[in-house]
Amino acid sequence: MSTLIEAVDLKQHYPVRQGLLGRQTAAVKAVDGVNLRIHRGEVLGLVGESGSGKSTLGRNLMMMERPTSGAVLYEGSDLAGRSHKALHPYRRKMQMVFQDPFSSLNPRMTVEDSLTMPLRFHQPELSAAQRRDAAAETLERVGLPRSMITRYPHEFSGGQRQRIGIARGLIVRPEFMVADEPVSALDVSVQAQVLNLFSEIRESLGLTLLFVTHDLAVVGHIADRVAVMYLGQIMEIAPTRALFTAPKHPYTETLLSAAPQPTVGARGARIPMKGEPPSPLSPPSGCVFRTRCSHATPECDAAHPELRSRAPGHLSACIRDDISLVPAVSDRPTSPRRKQSA
Amino acid sequence: MSAISDAPARRPSPLRVFTGPRMRKFMRHRLAMLGLIMIVGLTLTCFFGPYLLPYDELYIDLRARFSPPLTENHILGTDPLGRDIAARLFSAGQISLTVGFTAMVLSTLIGTVIGLVAGYFGGWTRTGLMRIVDAFLSFPSIFLMLTLAAFLQPSPTMITLIIAVTSWMEVARIVEAEVRGQASRDFTAAARMIGAPHWWIMLREILPNVTGPIIVAATLTVARAILLEAYISFLGYGIQPPLPSWGNMLNNAQQYLESAPWLAIVPGVAITMAVTSFNFIGDGLRDALDARSVK
Repeated sequence: MSTLIEAVDLKQHYPVRQGLLGRQTAAVKAVDGVNLRIHRGEVLGLVGESGSGKSTLGRNLMMMERPTSGAVLYEGSDLAGRSHKALHPYRRKMQMVFQDPFSSLNPRMTVEDSLTMPLRFHQPELSAAQRRDAAAETLERVGLPRSMITRYPHEFSGGQRQRIGIARGLIVRPEFMVADEPVSALDVSVQAQVLNLFSEIRESLGLTLLFVTHDLAVVGHIADRVAVMYLGQIMEIAPTRALFTAPKHPYTETLLSAAPQPTVGARGARIPMKGEPPSPLSPPSGCVFRTRCSHATPECDAAHPELRSRAPGHLSACIRDDISLVPAVSDRPTSPRRKQSA
Repeated sequence: MSAISDAPARRPSPLRVFTGPRMRKFMRHRLAMLGLIMIVGLTLTCFFGPYLLPYDELYIDLRARFSPPLTENHILGTDPLGRDIAARLFSAGQISLTVGFTAMVLSTLIGTVIGLVAGYFGGWTRTGLMRIVDAFLSFPSIFLMLTLAAFLQPSPTMITLIIAVTSWMEVARIVEAEVRGQASRDFTAAARMIGAPHWWIMLREILPNVTGPIIVAATLTVARAILLEAYISFLGYGIQPPLPSWGNMLNNAQQYLESAPWLAIVPGVAITMAVTSFNFIGDGLRDALDARSVK
């Protein structure tokens, strides 16, 4: 599989300025040295808790925010150093779907205006009628009737708006799409429909997708591979099945054990997480997860764990090879439900 | 998902603005409607009234000096030179209202452009532009205006420009704050991701979302501009006689306050009516257009 887009030692630091002269006193390390390859045609899930930098990483890949340092290689050519103008041809290849369907559509524009807007700048040769046709077609592709093209965003439900947001991304026929928590703001029943839409368009259009979410169930449903992020760094990358059945990083283990089980009475071993996540202003020395890790040893204070290959296609940033971690899903068939005595 | 059927789409009619919830809300605002009616009435009277009067504003009838209102053909009386006050009031109203409106259009334009650019680009652009706004605001505007008026040739055009230059800052501040809010919303980010140019995002994506506050500020600016024009003319730096304006009519009246009070009362009432009406309309629009108050 060929690499479509790649982050190389990507960093996004936000300066914290204080005092009258605005001297920089510290930096929030939202993304801190991320290396990530996304293969053509795959769906990569990016999970992590709030503030782990997953959305920032997505925005960096889109060049919505220019990274502090590092490179973003799109088919091998670096985007980070490019000017606004030089990025223009790439804008058509990469699109984004936003989290909040209420803020991502302009309330004063009809669906037609919102959808045809990208075409104005990327296919100026099209006539107004051709643009309108393309918009109607894309609207059908995301499961809304053509006739809704003249309506305003406030006439739609959250799920429908999210479909329109997806249509706006699709209309320029991109190769790569970042979906930034696209279903987090939706009801569970609507979430399933929108997720299925993503699977569908990915199949039919051969789209490469970076799916940013905090919901492990969502990732399990849609992703081919999963990257787990914590405090601006990637802890583990693995094929979805491998990550759920054989996690190699204590953080992943804890994350998986915290997810609720759909079976009544079924309760895996809860691995309690100690304390709050440390401030990204002053991350712990050594391994960033060591302060909350139940397997931490004194060596972790000094270690700078790099992502290492632990199994085919399975990378983990933990120095301890000796520990055995509890998977979320065991390969054994599930045991019959225990009768609960009150 | 199937809540909205595949019914034929309805194109919003261009008259939608008159039936929308905001319009209804505005119509229910009694004072605002009163203000609107008064302004329309005042404007029509000032621009068409002169055709119904037997005298023009410069005709001097020395035998009829100081006639009180309702004598013979002088409905509102005459001034110390025997000129018909009604005729002068209407012609002064044409000038005062035109100066007020034009100054509003100019200052809203300046304020909107500066606020839009400052709010959209942020950073140093914003700091620079908003400090200029602060600098303008820190001048006592009456003195600034008087100084400018004393150095420049006082003509209606010049007075309009002077008022516009000293009253765009409010609009700039309001627009800047609104735009900053809109610029951080995802649809602006989406437009940038697409590669839309800055001018397009500012004019097509953001401006339509901030028209409400601009309209309110503009209405209140008209009231202020009329008042400012009256100030300058009253102090003798504005519209010069024999051209009448509500301000210089008041100026002429001050020596005769006791003997001929109608000389001051008539233009005074006109100014008050115009200013309060615009303020009422502004209040009504604020209530109707404020996003938080609808739904």
